[in-house]
Amino acid sequence: MSILVDEESRVLVQGITGREGMVRTRLMKDYGTNVIAGVTPGKGGENVYGIPVYDSVEEAWERQGPVDISVIFVPAALVKDAALEAMDAGIKLLVIVPDRVPIFDVLEISQAAKERGASFVGPNTLGLVSPGKAVLGMIGGRAERAREWFRPGHVGVSSRSGGMTSAISYYLTEAGVGQSTIIHVGGDAVVGLSHPEVMELFEQDEQTEMVAMFGEIGTTQEERVADLIEKGKFTKPLIAFIGGKAAKSGTRFSHAGAIVEGSRGSYESKVRRLIKVGAHVVDAISDIPKVAKKLSKGDTQ
Amino acid sequence: MARLYEFQSKKLLKEGGIRIPEGEVASSPEQAFQIAEKIGKPVVLKVQVWVTGRANFGGIQFAENPDEAIEKSSCLFGMKVRNFVVEKVLVEENLSIQSEYFVGLVVDDAQKTPLLIFSSVGGTGIEEIAQAHPEKIGQIPVDVVRGLRDYEARNLVRRTGISGKLLLRLSDTLVKLYGVARKCDARSAEINPLVLTKDNLVYAADCHLAVDDYAVFRHPELGIEVAREFDRPPTPLEKIAYHVEEKDHRGTFYFLQMTEEIPKEENSIGFNGAGGGGSMMSMDAVLNRGFKLSNYCDTSGNPAASKVYRAAKIILSQPHIKGYFASGSGVASQEQYHSARGLVKAFHEENLDIPGVIRLGGNFEEKAIEILAMYLKDIPAKVEGYGRDDSPEFCAGRMEELIRENDFVGHEVSPISDPIIPEDVYAFETFTGNISIDHKKCSDCKTKGCVEACKADILKLDDGKPVLAISKEEAKKGRCTECLACEIFCTFHEQEALTIHLPIPGLKEYRERILKGK
Repeated sequence: MSILVDEESRVLVQGITGREGMVRTRLMKDYGTNVIAGVTPGKGGENVYGIPVYDSVEEAWERQGPVDISVIFVPAALVKDAALEAMDAGIKLLVIVPDRVPIFDVLEISQAAKERGASFVGPNTLGLVSPGKAVLGMIGGRAERAREWFRPGHVGVSSRSGGMTSAISYYLTEAGVGQSTIIHVGGDAVVGLSHPEVMELFEQDEQTEMVAMFGEIGTTQEERVADLIEKGKFTKPLIAFIGGKAAKSGTRFSHAGAIVEGSRGSYESKVRRLIKVGAHVVDAISDIPKVAKKLSKGDTQ
Repeated sequence: MARLYEFQSKKLLKEGGIRIPEGEVASSPEQAFQIAEKIGKPVVLKVQVWVTGRANFGGIQFAENPDEAIEKSSCLFGMKVRNFVVEKVLVEENLSIQSEYFVGLVVDDAQKTPLLIFSSVGGTGIEEIAQAHPEKIGQIPVDVVRGLRDYEARNLVRRTGISGKLLLRLSDTLVKLYGVARKCDARSAEINPLVLTKDNLVYAADCHLAVDDYAVFRHPELGIEVAREFDRPPTPLEKIAYHVEEKDHRGTFYFLQMTEEIPKEENSIGFNGAGGGGSMMSMDAVLNRGFKLSNYCDTSGNPAASKVYRAAKIILSQPHIKGYFASGSGVASQEQYHSARGLVKAFHEENLDIPGVIRLGGNFEEKAIEILAMYLKDIPAKVEGYGRDDSPEFCAGRMEELIRENDFVGHEVSPISDPIIPEDVYAFETFTGNISIDHKKCSDCKTKGCVEACKADILKLDDGKPVLAISKEEAKKGRCTECLACEIFCTFHEQEALTIHLPIPGLKEYRERILKGK
C-alpha cells in the first residue's frame, strides 16, 4: 500500500505539450507511472512519447476510459480553468504543479473540490512519489535519480518545501530507511491537501509505520497536526523538523490575521505544540534518519 | 502580499461605495496646507507607512487650521519609521466620532475560505479586545464563488449585539468591503476603525489592503512596483532584482535585503539559497555560527544559468560582505550545473575577493562541483563546492573557516563595464541578452567545442565557424536556454571568441553610486 498513487493509478497530464509538461511526462513514464493520456486544447491527435493527446479532459475520458489523477502543468493564470475542467470530467485527484496561482483561484478550486468529493495536491508542488510504484509531478527530476533517491519502505514523508521533500527522503534512503509515499504538499499559504489531511491518509495506510514531516513558519498546518494527534486521529510516530527558527518574525500587518490565528504560525508555537503531543521534533535534518531508525519496528536496539 | 498605502486603499473603498473622510495625500507641508485649506475644517495628518500603531510614535497629528497643518506636517515628512522614511502624509477631515468598529478579511488556510471578521468594538488594541471579549467579535467564512450575501453580513453584525438602522449601515459596508477585496484580489483587507460619526454616518477612518502577489498581474491599475511582502518600500537594489525576476519566469529569483548598509566590521554574508525550506535550513545553519546575513536570495525552480548569474551579480553589489554562501535543500531535482555555470561567470567577472561556499546538492551535483573546481581556481578568492552528503552545518563551518583564512576582509564592489564588442562580429539575441562570436578568432580554434557544449543544439559549424542552426527569432524566443556552456568552454579552453552579455538594467548606475558614496 501507499497513499494517493500507486502503479495502477490511471494518470492524465494537462498541458502535456508544454516545456515542463513534456519533460515531466517523460520522468513519470520512465519511472513507471501509468500515464494514459494528455490534454492540450488545440493539439488533439498529437502524441507525446507515445501518449495520445486530446483537446479536452472529457474527450480523453471518453476515449481512454476513467482517469484517477490529473497532473497539471499549464501556466498559473490558466490553472483554475484546467482544475475545474478535470473535476467536472470526474477526476478525483489533481496534482497542481505550477506556482504563482492567485489565491482566490485556489479557494475556488478548493470549494469545487469539496462539492465534488475531489482533492488536490499543490499548487506550487514538486509532486509526490510512491517509491517503486509511481511518481507524479517533477520530483526526482529524472527517473533514474528518483529510483536512486527514493526506496520503498515504511516511512511516510510530508513536506512544505519541495527541496526538503527530496532531501529528507534521500537521507532516509542513505540510512537504509525506505518510504511509503513522499509528498510535497506545496509551498503556498493555501494548499489542497495540507499536512493534517496527509496525516489522516497516512494513518489509514498499512504500509506507513511512521511519518517524517518538514514544516515551516507561517500557516497553521503543523499546529493542526498537533490537534489531530491530541484528538487521537493520528496515532503513528511523527518526526518533525521545522524550518525558520532564525528567521525574524515578520511584523504583523493584519489584526484580523492575529485575531484568527493568535500566536499560531510562529516557530515556537509549532514546536511547542508538537512536543506537547509527543512528536519527535528534531533540530537538524541529519537527525531524521537517526530517529526513524530508532523508532523502526524492525530495529532490535 | 503587496501592501497598499492607506490613501490607495481608501481610494478603492470609495470606488466600491464606502464612505471615507474628505481628504488628499500630500507630499510636502505646503501641499498639506493647501489640502487643509480646501477641506476648511480641523484635519488629521497621518503618515503613510506600512506599520501599525502610528499614533504611538507620533505619526498621527491633529491640526485646527491650515497654518497648524503646515507646522505639524513638517515634523512628519522625513520621519524615520523602521526602514521607512515618510514621504507622504494623508490630510483628512477630522471626524467627530460616536463609536468605533472593526472589520477585517483574511484567508483562512485551514478552512480554505475567506473569513470575514467583525467586532462591535474597534480602534487600537483590537487584538486584546478580541481575547478579553469574544462575544463582541463575530466571524464567518465567505462562499468564494457566490460571494457575501446581505443577510450573512447582517447576521454577522447582529451576533455582536447590534440592531436596527445601525445594523443595516454596518452590514452594507461589510458587503461592499468584501466586494472591493475580491475585485482587487486582496489577501487581507481591514477597516479599523470603521466609525459612526455624531451625525450617524458610517465612515472608513483607516484602511489597509494587501494584494495577493500572484494576482498582481491582473491589476495593472494598482501600479504595484514590486509584488512582494515588505514592511517597508523596496530598496533600489531590490527593485533592480525584481525587474530581473519580472522579465524572466524561468525559475524563481527572490531577493530581499536585510539591511542596506553593512558596517565594515560586521560579519555579514551574502546568501544565495535555493527553495524556501532548504534556504531556511541553510540560513539557520549560518546564523547559528554567529554570522549576519546581508540579504536573503532564493534561486530555485530550475532557473536558467543566466538568472543565477544575475543573482550573484546583485548579491555582490553589497559592499563589506565577508563571504558568499549558496545552499539549498541539498537534494534538488533540477540539474545543478546550470547554477554552477552562472556562478562561474559572475565570480570571474567580479574577480571575486571573498570566499565562497557553494552547496549544490541534487541532480548532477558531481558535474556542478567539478565545474566550480575547474573554472574557479584562478580567481583571488577560494570557492569550495559541496553536494548532498555535506550538511548545511558542515558547510557553514567551512564558510567560517575560509573567512578566517581570508582575515575577515570585506567585499569591495567593483564598477561594471559593458563588454566591448567589435561591430563586424557574428551576433544574435537570446531571451534576456545577446551572444557575439568573433569569427576571426575562431580560425585558431582546434576543438570547436562550443558547438558540442551547446546542449540545446542550436549551434552548428558553417565553414568551420560556429553559427546558429536555428533562426535568430527562435534563439531569442528561448531556444537558446542561456546555459552559458558555450562561453565557458570558449573562454577557458579556446580563443575567448564568444561573449554572452546579460545586462542587468540599473546595476551599473547603482554600483557607481555606491562607489561614489565611498
